[in-house]
Amino acid sequence: MDHLPALVNEARAAIAAAEDAQTLDQVRVRFLGKKGEITALLKGLGQLAPEERPAAGERINEAKQVLLTELETRKQTLEQAGLQAQLESERVDVTLPGRGEINGGLHPVTRTLERIESLFQRIGFDVAVGPEIEDDFHNFEALNIPAHHPARGMADTFYFDAQRLLRTHTSPVQVRAMQSQEPPIRIVCPGRVYRSDSDLTHTPMFHQVEGLLVDEHVSFADLKGTIEDFLQAFFERDDLKVRFRPSYFPFTEPSAEVDIQCVMCQGEGCRVCSHSGWLEVLGCGMVHPEVFRHSGIDSERYTGFAFGMGAERLAMLRYGVNDLRLFFENDLRFLRQFN
Amino acid sequence: MKFSEAWLREWVSPALETQALADAITMAGLEVDAIGSVAESFSGVVVAEVIAKAPHPDADKLNVCQVEDGSGEPVQVVCGAPNVDVGQKVPFARVGAVLPENFKIKKAKLRGVESRGMICSASELGLEEGRSAGIFVLPADAPTGQDFRDWMALDDATIEVDLTPNRGDCLSIRGMAREVGCVTGNKVIEPSIAPVVARNNAQFPVTVSDGEGCPRYLGRVIKDVDISAQTPLWMQERLRRSGIRSIDPAVDVTNYVMLELGQPMHAFDLDVLEGGIEVRRAHAAERLTLLDGQEVELDERTLVIADRQRALAIAGVMGGEASGVSAKTRHLFLEAAFFSPLTVAGKAREFGLHTDASHRFERGVDPEITRNAMERATELLMAIVGGSPGPISEARQPECLPQRKDVVLRRERLSACLGVRLADEDVQRIFRSLGMTSSAPGDSWHVKVPSWRFDVAIEEDLIEEVARIHGYNLLPVRRPAARLALSADHEATQPLSRLRRHLVSRGYQEAITYSFVSPELQALLQPQAVSPTLANPISSDMSVMRHSLFPGLLKALMHNLNRQQTRVRLFESGLVFQGGLDELVQTSMVGGLICGPRQIEGWSAMRDTVDFFDLKGDLESLMALGGQSDAWRFAAETHPSLHPGRSARVYREGKPVGWLGALHPSVRAELGLKPEVYLFEVEQAALAEGSVPSFKPLSRYPEVRRDLAFVVEDSVAVADLMERIRAEAGAWLTQWQLFDVYQGKGVPDGHKSIALGLTWQHPSRTLNDEEINQLIDAVIGRAQSDYGAVLRG
Repeated sequence: MDHLPALVNEARAAIAAAEDAQTLDQVRVRFLGKKGEITALLKGLGQLAPEERPAAGERINEAKQVLLTELETRKQTLEQAGLQAQLESERVDVTLPGRGEINGGLHPVTRTLERIESLFQRIGFDVAVGPEIEDDFHNFEALNIPAHHPARGMADTFYFDAQRLLRTHTSPVQVRAMQSQEPPIRIVCPGRVYRSDSDLTHTPMFHQVEGLLVDEHVSFADLKGTIEDFLQAFFERDDLKVRFRPSYFPFTEPSAEVDIQCVMCQGEGCRVCSHSGWLEVLGCGMVHPEVFRHSGIDSERYTGFAFGMGAERLAMLRYGVNDLRLFFENDLRFLRQFN
Repeated sequence: MKFSEAWLREWVSPALETQALADAITMAGLEVDAIGSVAESFSGVVVAEVIAKAPHPDADKLNVCQVEDGSGEPVQVVCGAPNVDVGQKVPFARVGAVLPENFKIKKAKLRGVESRGMICSASELGLEEGRSAGIFVLPADAPTGQDFRDWMALDDATIEVDLTPNRGDCLSIRGMAREVGCVTGNKVIEPSIAPVVARNNAQFPVTVSDGEGCPRYLGRVIKDVDISAQTPLWMQERLRRSGIRSIDPAVDVTNYVMLELGQPMHAFDLDVLEGGIEVRRAHAAERLTLLDGQEVELDERTLVIADRQRALAIAGVMGGEASGVSAKTRHLFLEAAFFSPLTVAGKAREFGLHTDASHRFERGVDPEITRNAMERATELLMAIVGGSPGPISEARQPECLPQRKDVVLRRERLSACLGVRLADEDVQRIFRSLGMTSSAPGDSWHVKVPSWRFDVAIEEDLIEEVARIHGYNLLPVRRPAARLALSADHEATQPLSRLRRHLVSRGYQEAITYSFVSPELQALLQPQAVSPTLANPISSDMSVMRHSLFPGLLKALMHNLNRQQTRVRLFESGLVFQGGLDELVQTSMVGGLICGPRQIEGWSAMRDTVDFFDLKGDLESLMALGGQSDAWRFAAETHPSLHPGRSARVYREGKPVGWLGALHPSVRAELGLKPEVYLFEVEQAALAEGSVPSFKPLSRYPEVRRDLAFVVEDSVAVADLMERIRAEAGAWLTQWQLFDVYQGKGVPDGHKSIALGLTWQHPSRTLNDEEINQLIDAVIGRAQSDYGAVLRG
C-alpha cells in the first residue's frame, strides 16, 4: 500500500513516455489490466484490516481513475498526432491541374447565331430552318425576283441547273413558313447561305439570320423598334446609335439598310468603319405585297416586316475578328479563343 | 454610277460640302460608296508653250526644249517624251513644283545639259492610270502661265454611288441632280436643248417590226463628218471623271449624252449600212460579231438592229464590229431608242456581257428623253466633227410605250404602314419634289408618276417614297404588340444546341466547313457517292456538294495537323446532300473526329492514343441524351472510307442512321495522314429523338448479383451474346454489366473470356436461391447452345 504513490508516478511516467497506441495499451495492461500492478493492490485489499479497507480502496480507486484519465488523454494526443502525421503525408499540390477532358467549344458563328436566336425567342419568335439546295421559285420568284430581274445580279448565285441552286439567303424559309402557317407568324431563320464570291471580305458560304413578323397592324415603326432593341441587346449597349437608310430589296417595301455607330471606334471613325463612324449591319423592310400574294397571305389584312443579317459580320464586330476567312479554316488556335 | 461633283453642281448646287452632299445622297437611299479626288495632289504646275526644241547633244532620245511658262523668260528643259514638239501647250512643272508622291522638281543636269523643270505626262499628274505614252498635249487655247490645276478645274471630286437596281433613273447627271434637288430642296437647272435644224434631207429609213421590244426608235443622218477631230478636253475630262475612256468623237459624244441624260445611244457608219434600219427579232442561228470582237449566235428571243442584209447590233446591249464608226467613217447614222426593259433584261448576261447601255435599258430609260438626247448628241457632235445633219426619222408604237398610270395611295394605309400620320401638305410636297403630280386628297391620293420612275407602280412604292424623302430616321419607333402565346416545347426532343454542348463538354471543338467539297476527296472517301455538282463553282475543289461530313472534317484535321496540333477533336453539324438533283435528300447530320493522344498532355496523363472505343464512348454518351440508349445498335459493317475491322453502322430502332470507325489505312495513306483517325456521323433527327421519363416504383427487396464468365470464340459479338442472355434472364433482371473481356493465358487461342455481372430484384418479394439458380442455368444453357459459350471455372 505504501508504494502506491510511487507506483502511480511510475505509471504516469510510462503513460507520458508511450509514443504509440500499442505501447500505451501495454502500459494500461501493466498497471490496470487483470494482472496489473494497481489491480493487484485492489486484490490485496483483503489482507488489510477491515477498518482500513474502505480508505485504502478509495485511495487505490482514485489512483486508478487518475491513471485512466491520463491514459485516455494520452491516447487522444497520440491519435491526434497520428492523424496529423497522416494528413501531412497525404498532402497534394493543389495547384496541379485537375484531371480529365478539357472543354471544347462552339464555333464563334454558332455562338453568334444562338445568341441572335435566343434574343428573338424571348419576344416570341420561333426558329425555323429549311433546305439549302433550293428551287428558283422559293429563292427568287416567290420573293418578287422574277427571272431577268436586275436584282438577280445582286447576289451571284451558285446553280446546279436552270431551276435548282444554292440558296442565296434564308428568305426561302420565310416563304415556306408563310405558305404553311396562318399569321401571326414570328420566326427567325438562321442558316448557311451561298454566293459565288470569294475575296478578302467575301466567302462563298456564310451564315444569315433572317426574321419575319406578320400580323395585323404591323408597321415600319414596329420594325424600327425591334431592330433597335435587337442591336442594342446584341452589343449590350443601351446607347448604341442606330440609323435607318432607304434601300432596295425586291421582297420588302419600304426597305432599309441599318447602320450602327461603329462599335470599334464609338463612331469616331476608324479603319473598320472606313472612317465614316457607321457600320452597315442589317437589311430590312416591310414585306412586299407581291411576296404575300405568292405565299397566299391577304396583304390588305396583314402586314409584316422582315430583316436579315450576316452572322459572320456580327461575330467579327462582337469579338473583334479582323479576317472573315478565319471562320472557315477551322484552325484550333482560332476556335479555342471562343471557348 | 460615278460622276464628277462639279458636273452635278452645274445642275444643282446645294450649299453643302462634298462630304455633306454625299451624306445627303446616301441618306436618300443612294449609297455613296466612295468619294475620290479627280487627280492626285500636286502644285507648281502651269500651262506652258514649247517654243523651241533641239536634239540633246549627248543623248539620242532626249530633246532640249525651251518653254514659255508665263514668266516672260524662256525656260530650258530636257524632255524625253517622243511626242514633244514646238507649238504645243503642255503642263509644265516649274522648279519647286511638287508632283504626286511628293516628287519635288529641282534644277538638274541631264547628261550635262541644264534642265529647269519638267514637261508632264497625264500619268505623272495622276490623270491617267498606268503610264502615258508621252507628254500631255493641251488644246491650243490653253492659257499660258495659268495654274494647271485651276485651268483643269481639278479641285473637283468624284462621287461613286452604289445604286440599287430599282433606281435606273439615277444613272445620269440629270437623275442624280433630280434626286439631290429633291432631298436638299434646291432647284435643278436643266440645260436647254434646242432642236437642231436639219441642213439636208438625208434620211435613212427606219422600221420597227417588234413594237413591244422597241416602241420608239429615232435615227438621224449626219453627213460629211471629220471623225479625226479631237474630242475637247473638257468632255474627255468629264468622261474620265465618270470612269469612261475617251475613244473617238462619236463614241465620246454618245457616252457623254448617256452620262448626262441617261439615254444610251449608238453611232453607225452610214456607208456600211444597206437599205434601211429594221428593228426586229434575230433569225435563228443568225450570227453577229460584236464591237468587242466576240462572234455570237443569236436566236428569236434577241432583239437586233438590222439593215436589209444582216444584224448590226444587239438592241440595247452592244453594237457590231462591222457597222461601227471607224477612222474611215464619213457619214454617221445616230441612234436613240427606247428598248423595253424586259426585252433587254438578262440579254447582256446571256452573252457574257455587261455594258453601260444594257445596264440602263434593263432598269428602264426614260422614254420621254429620246428626242432630247438625239438633239443634244447632234449638237455636241457637230461642234466637234462638223457635218450636216438631216431630219430625225422616228418609228414608234406609242401604245407600247410604258403607260403613265395613276397610283393610288390611301391615307389610312400610309399612316398604318408608317405608324404615324403625316400632314397632307407634307405628303404633297414630297410628291411634287419627286416630279409627281397628285390629286387633292380625299381618302386617297391619285398620283401621276413621272416617265423616268419605272420603280413606282403600286401603293407601297409611294409609301416608300414618302418615307424616304420624309426621312426614315424621323419616323416613329415603337415595339410590336402581340398576343402572348406559348409555343410548343417537346421535352423528349434534344435540340441541336444540347447535342452541340454535350460534345463541347466532351472536349470537341466545333468546326464549320464548306458544304461544297473537292470531288476528288469525296470520291476517295466514297467512290459510289452521288451528290449534286455545281454548274458554276468558285473553284474545282469546291464544286461538289458534300455527301458526308467526313471530307470537311478531314480537311480541317489536316489543316491543324499541319500546324503542329497533335490532339484534335472536332465536330460539325449541318446538311449533307445525297442523291442526284431529282432524288436529292438533304439531311442534317452531326459528325465528329478524334485523333492523337487520348488525354491532353499533362502531369498525370497516359500517353496512349485514341481508339475506336474512345469515339464510341463519346457517341454513346451523345445517344444517351434522349434517354433511349436501348433503341441504338451498332453492327459491324463496312464503309468505303473506314477500316473494315473497325467500323460500325449505327442503327436506331432498326433504321440505319450513321457510321463510326477508323479511317481506312489506305485512305490515310492517300491523304498523307500519319496518325489514326476515328470518325462518326449520325443523323441529327435520330439523336434528337428521345422519351419523357416514366417513373417505376422502387423495390424494397434485396438485389441478388451473380457474376458469370464465359469463354466464346473470338467471332462472337459480345452485344449479341449479352442481348440473348438478357432475354433469357427473366423479367426481374435489373442490371447486366460486362465487366471484363480477356484473352491470353488460360483462354484458348481464337477465344475470349467474357465476364458478366447479372443483378436481379423482384418488385414485391425477396428472390430465393433456387429461383436465381434456375435463371442462371437457363442463361448458361442458352449461351452454350446459341454461342457455344463455355462457363469458365
